[in-house]
Amino acid sequence: MTETPFPNNAYAIELRNVDIFYGNFRAVKDINLQIEPRKITAIIGPSGCGKSTVIRCFNRMNDLVPSAHLNGEILFHGKNIYDPDVDPVQVRRLIGMVFQKPNPFPKSIYENIAWGARVNGYRGNMDDLVEQSLRQAALWDEVKDTLKKSALALSGGQQQRLCIARTLAVRPEIILMDEPCSALDPIATLKIEDLMRELSTQYTIIIVTHNMQQAARASDFTAFFTMDTDRAGIMVEYGPTSQIFTRPKDKRTEDYITGRFG
Amino acid sequence: MTDNDLMQRSPHLIRRHRNGKIGRAIFFLSTTIGLVALIVLILSIINQSMGLVIVRYTVEPATLSDKPLEDLESTELSAILTQRLKPSRLRTIERDTPLATLSRTQLYNLVMEEIVVPKVQKSFHLDESLFQRAKIEQIASEEYPGAHITFRSWINWNFIVGSLSKSPEIAGIRTALMGSLWIILITIVVAFPIGVGAAIYLEEYASSSSRINRIIQTNIDNLAGVPSIVYGILGLAIFVRSLGDLTQGRTVISAGLTMALLILPILIINAQEAIRAVPNSLRQASYGLGATQWQTIWHHVLPYALPGILTGTILSISRAFGETAPLILVGASSFINKDPSSLFSRFTVLPIQIYNWTSRPQDTFRNIAAAAIIILILTLLTLNAVAILLRNRFSKRV
Amino acid sequence: MEQEMFRPTQQTQAISPFDVHASSALIANLRKRPRWGERFIQGFLFFCGAVSILTTLGIVFELGKESLLFFQTPEVNLIEFLTGTKWQPTIGEFGVLPLVNATLMTTLVAMLVALPLGLAAAIYLSEYASPKARGFLKPILEILAGIPTVVYGYFALTFMTPLLRTILGSETVQIYNTFSAGLVMGIMILPLVCSMSEDALNAVPRALREAAYGMGATKLETALQVVVPAALSGIIAAFILAISRAVGETMIVALAAGSGPNFTFNPFKAAETMTGYIARISGGDVGYDTPDYNSIFAIGLLLFTITLALNILSRKLSARFREVYE
Ligand SMILES: Nc1ncnc2c1ncn2[C@@H]1O[C@H](COP(=O)(O)OP(=O)(O)OP(=O)(O)O)[C@@H](O)[C@H]1O
Ligand SMILES: [Mg+2]
Repeated sequence: MTETPFPNNAYAIELRNVDIFYGNFRAVKDINLQIEPRKITAIIGPSGCGKSTVIRCFNRMNDLVPSAHLNGEILFHGKNIYDPDVDPVQVRRLIGMVFQKPNPFPKSIYENIAWGARVNGYRGNMDDLVEQSLRQAALWDEVKDTLKKSALALSGGQQQRLCIARTLAVRPEIILMDEPCSALDPIATLKIEDLMRELSTQYTIIIVTHNMQQAARASDFTAFFTMDTDRAGIMVEYGPTSQIFTRPKDKRTEDYITGRFG
Repeated sequence: MTDNDLMQRSPHLIRRHRNGKIGRAIFFLSTTIGLVALIVLILSIINQSMGLVIVRYTVEPATLSDKPLEDLESTELSAILTQRLKPSRLRTIERDTPLATLSRTQLYNLVMEEIVVPKVQKSFHLDESLFQRAKIEQIASEEYPGAHITFRSWINWNFIVGSLSKSPEIAGIRTALMGSLWIILITIVVAFPIGVGAAIYLEEYASSSSRINRIIQTNIDNLAGVPSIVYGILGLAIFVRSLGDLTQGRTVISAGLTMALLILPILIINAQEAIRAVPNSLRQASYGLGATQWQTIWHHVLPYALPGILTGTILSISRAFGETAPLILVGASSFINKDPSSLFSRFTVLPIQIYNWTSRPQDTFRNIAAAAIIILILTLLTLNAVAILLRNRFSKRV
Repeated sequence: MEQEMFRPTQQTQAISPFDVHASSALIANLRKRPRWGERFIQGFLFFCGAVSILTTLGIVFELGKESLLFFQTPEVNLIEFLTGTKWQPTIGEFGVLPLVNATLMTTLVAMLVALPLGLAAAIYLSEYASPKARGFLKPILEILAGIPTVVYGYFALTFMTPLLRTILGSETVQIYNTFSAGLVMGIMILPLVCSMSEDALNAVPRALREAAYGMGATKLETALQVVVPAALSGIIAAFILAISRAVGETMIVALAAGSGPNFTFNPFKAAETMTGYIARISGGDVGYDTPDYNSIFAIGLLLFTITLALNILSRKLSARFREVYE
């Protein structure tokens, strides 16, 4: 599916003048961001600047917070995913998400992967899909003999890779990751980063991270967010990762990545 | 992948969304069934607590005076009483309460009870009374010639303050209310200190590693689920029989002690929760000043937990107030008309009265059962409202 | 209490710091002292806790003792008691099955009402309802839970039964029947199932729901296939407790199910349950130490055993459930 080039739009997904509110509080304001297809884009910035808020609006996860609402447009294949005629369920199938803490379902490893595909009407051979997804997530060798065991018995790093495999099984175009390594040790973190590299040949990946080295190491593009004086998050700078980390244009970005900020 | 994929939902997705809607509707309807049941229950009870009745009088009021009885003055009413009553009966009444001291309404009631003596021949539910009046009038004229149709609310002041009686027209629930009051008082006096004491022990003293303490805790949790009728059997065996010499059998004290055992586990669990909500910093501050454990509990923990404990106690009390089964076992007697006056009086309570009246086939007993139910539910709602008020004040303070 | 607390301070003030004996007195003050008051209080509190043990022992002892007397009656033997299908003390038949059967029937009907409705309501309240709807619906369920059972009995007899007789015909439905009692019992138990299941559903972490939504699951799929299975042991605990409650319920069946043991599988016929029997026999005037009187203890013991087993099972399950998520 991702083989088809984007006919209307060169970008995988694009934010235009996006403001996001929780009730009356404007959490982020005026974000314009174009995500390159099949690249890894990192979002960095101080705590509370709205990174999670932004990444959760890419697949309308914010719908689940009753007080949240959004102004502006998020274009996916030229279509604003916040249009009233768009089905959030369909959006989330096409734009998957991996969360900060590994959250496998309390079911078997096999079921964890099969479930999403099944509810989405997958009709092929489930065993193949499970194996393929686990291989893609570099987890196959570790779990191939224990597929029927509870996913909760895996280590944190394995669980997180299982969550990635589970997302892949639904065949999304874009994978969102909100601090996917913050609960993992350095070795498990490196494994996930390798995996992201691997996946970026086929998928567009957007990742929120607090870890500067991770952003520098693993991403192609970096967006730096910070908080404005009214506590609303703003995007300060966005560009190729090498440029952001070596020649930042904005003083605030430089302060942040050199550790002089907060 | 086409651009329209986002808008054009596949049949599969459409089906999933339809299922989602159906599921939601089912869940919603299931939830509202509770509401519907509550409304139907309350309406059906109100429906039976008032309505038209066909009455026949032993003495027609019209023969007593040419004016309607309601319009008569006190003097005229007492004149009727002195004229019509048997001298012996009159003397008995005068001995209790001289006619001269009675108000007009009391005199009127006396005339109704002693001379007119209305006998309800047939009673109708509120819905029939409102919508099928013609049919009722027809029944009255065909089956009960000469009888009157009047509207009667079975809940009325006389019903609340009147004593029990074998005829539903004049039966009241005072005796039962007094019985409930006595039993509840005993229950509180016994269960409150023991319950709070046990809760303090379990929360403040007991180490959860000790075997005996774990047994106590598990045991309390299990006791909370024992059917109330089993407590009744226990009360019958222990308080009525084994300790019969002390309790004199089927008495208020036996019932109160049984109820105390019944609510004890619930009371303890509620009190434990309240005590657990006391922040540890408070205890540490107290110990830091050199207070002993009991001083800490008495001066800091208990005052802080008190509103929560009281709320829990009121809720357990309201449970005891509505309990019926154990008191059948302990031997409530529904045919007494003397108010309980001591720990060793025989007794009846409101739920027992409801049970008894409901199991009679006559409609009029069902009517007073409905009236008693309304009183019972209003009492319980009041108790619960007090508990909620307490809880809200408590949660505001914290 | 307060005096005791301040005594050491006063003593140390009275002693000059240069006094050799004073420092030993100070040290003596640090020694553990037996605080008799505290000990006494702790003892009393322990006694309060132990009252519950005494209660249990009392139940077990009394039920056991009187049951033993019952089984010593010449006409009675344990096997017949447990397998006999006739309960007619007057002719010496003491088979408990008619009573057990009626209990099972009312329980079954009640569970058919309470379990699905209670779980569905719990799902609605925890997954769908807005805070406002919750704030309105939950108190209603609480009120329903607080209504005394004798009122439900009244409702069953004077409303539900006539209603059933109108719908199904008065030849089919007897004035006293287990179906009507069961239906109303189901309504009574619904709030219990709902609130316990809701607690279990609420304990399922948000992250699991987000994971499901993040993969493109609908709300219903998330609720039924992720949240409910994750809360399953908690929900089953609620179900089992509900069964125990139905088995032990007395007033509804005493009023509406019928008086007189009757071994029938027809839910529209009158049949007396275990609890109904106990209530009827003890409400009448039976002499102590007659087989009738002793039989209520034997049936009570059976009832106690069944409900206790169910309660323990329910508590085990919910403890295991809490372990998973805490
Ligand atoms: N559900 C919510 N309701 C109300 N306000 C929220 C909610 N979620 C987030 N916020 C607010 O929005 C702002 C941005 O939060 P967000 O979680 O997006 O920050 P973040 O950049 O992801 O922080 P962190 O790095 O700590 O994860 C914060 O001020 C936060 O308080
Ligand atoms: Mg975040």
